[in-house]
Amino acid sequence: MLVSIYRYNPDTDAEPYMKDYEIDTGGKDLMVLDVLNLVKEQDPTLAYRRSCREGVCGSDGMNMNGKNGLACITSISQATNGKKKLILRPLPGLPVVRDVVVDMTMFYNQYEKIKPYLINETAAPAIERLQTPEEREKLDGLYECILCACCTTSCPSFWWNPEKFIGPAGLLQAYRFIIDSRDNATSERLADLDDPFSLFRCRGIMNCVNVCPKGLNPTQAIGHIRSMLLDRAT
Amino acid sequence: MVTNATSLGRNGLYDWLIQRASAVVLGVYFICVLGFFLCPGEATFADWHAYMTSTYMKVFTMIALISFMGHAWVGLWTVSTDYLTSLQLGKAGTTVRMIFQGGLALILLAYLFWGVQILWGVK
Repeated sequence: MLVSIYRYNPDTDAEPYMKDYEIDTGGKDLMVLDVLNLVKEQDPTLAYRRSCREGVCGSDGMNMNGKNGLACITSISQATNGKKKLILRPLPGLPVVRDVVVDMTMFYNQYEKIKPYLINETAAPAIERLQTPEEREKLDGLYECILCACCTTSCPSFWWNPEKFIGPAGLLQAYRFIIDSRDNATSERLADLDDPFSLFRCRGIMNCVNVCPKGLNPTQAIGHIRSMLLDRAT
Repeated sequence: MVTNATSLGRNGLYDWLIQRASAVVLGVYFICVLGFFLCPGEATFADWHAYMTSTYMKVFTMIALISFMGHAWVGLWTVSTDYLTSLQLGKAGTTVRMIFQGGLALILLAYLFWGVQILWGVK
């Protein structure tokens, strides 16, 4: 099958280019990561990130035929959707380090802003802070995020304001801590999001929901935070 | 917290509320104006004149005009801070954005005062 891959080595290339490879898949509907491994056998200069190869680590997020996803859990047929050519590009909106490897610094900076840890100034109990099953259930659909950046890099609001808009992944995690019964910094967390950019730059186009490899819904989480801000301010 | 001196309320929630509330007002206003023409019977100029110069429609038109100003500012301010930035335009970004926002403020104020003059000028 024909595979077209975005190639760029800042040490040797003046500008990025697409390079085609003919790969023998043996008639199998391989995962895109397997295809990349086959390309790597042909051309060892190709660079990409990968680790767990089963959709847990979030290392191999990339743009496959126009849609972000994890190469390890996306099959050729899912990626190409009937087209003959598999086209692989880096996640959009982040600086390219080399080939399909991107610099995630801006993504992590936004994640850091939401203080992704429990804040609780009360004295710690002897063993652990307990939750009822109902309180724990509120974290479902939030804690599963693996920070692969597929959602945030598919969001035009993040493309235009990567230093100001927190992005869907960061906001999903913001809600995960806001709603956690063991965290008591809700008011401060909400106050930090009440500016025109951090959260309100979300225009609800739902690209994030469309691409999330874990099936999560950042738009819904953003809506919940907005409702909490509204409750607080009106 | 990302501060900004040119957003309408210096606050995301305020801008978000203004944009939605003004959209509702504008929606209802256009239904009222269109409704006049959709009512059965011939719409004469005299009827239209009487309808638009009634105190009810004058006040409603003023509210719609102010809603239009808020709605347009929030919407176009968002567009300007998305596309007219240093990221898109390099060093010229801030200058271009400020000219755009300044021009927009002047146009919206002109619309407001022109609208007041028309509304209260028609006898």
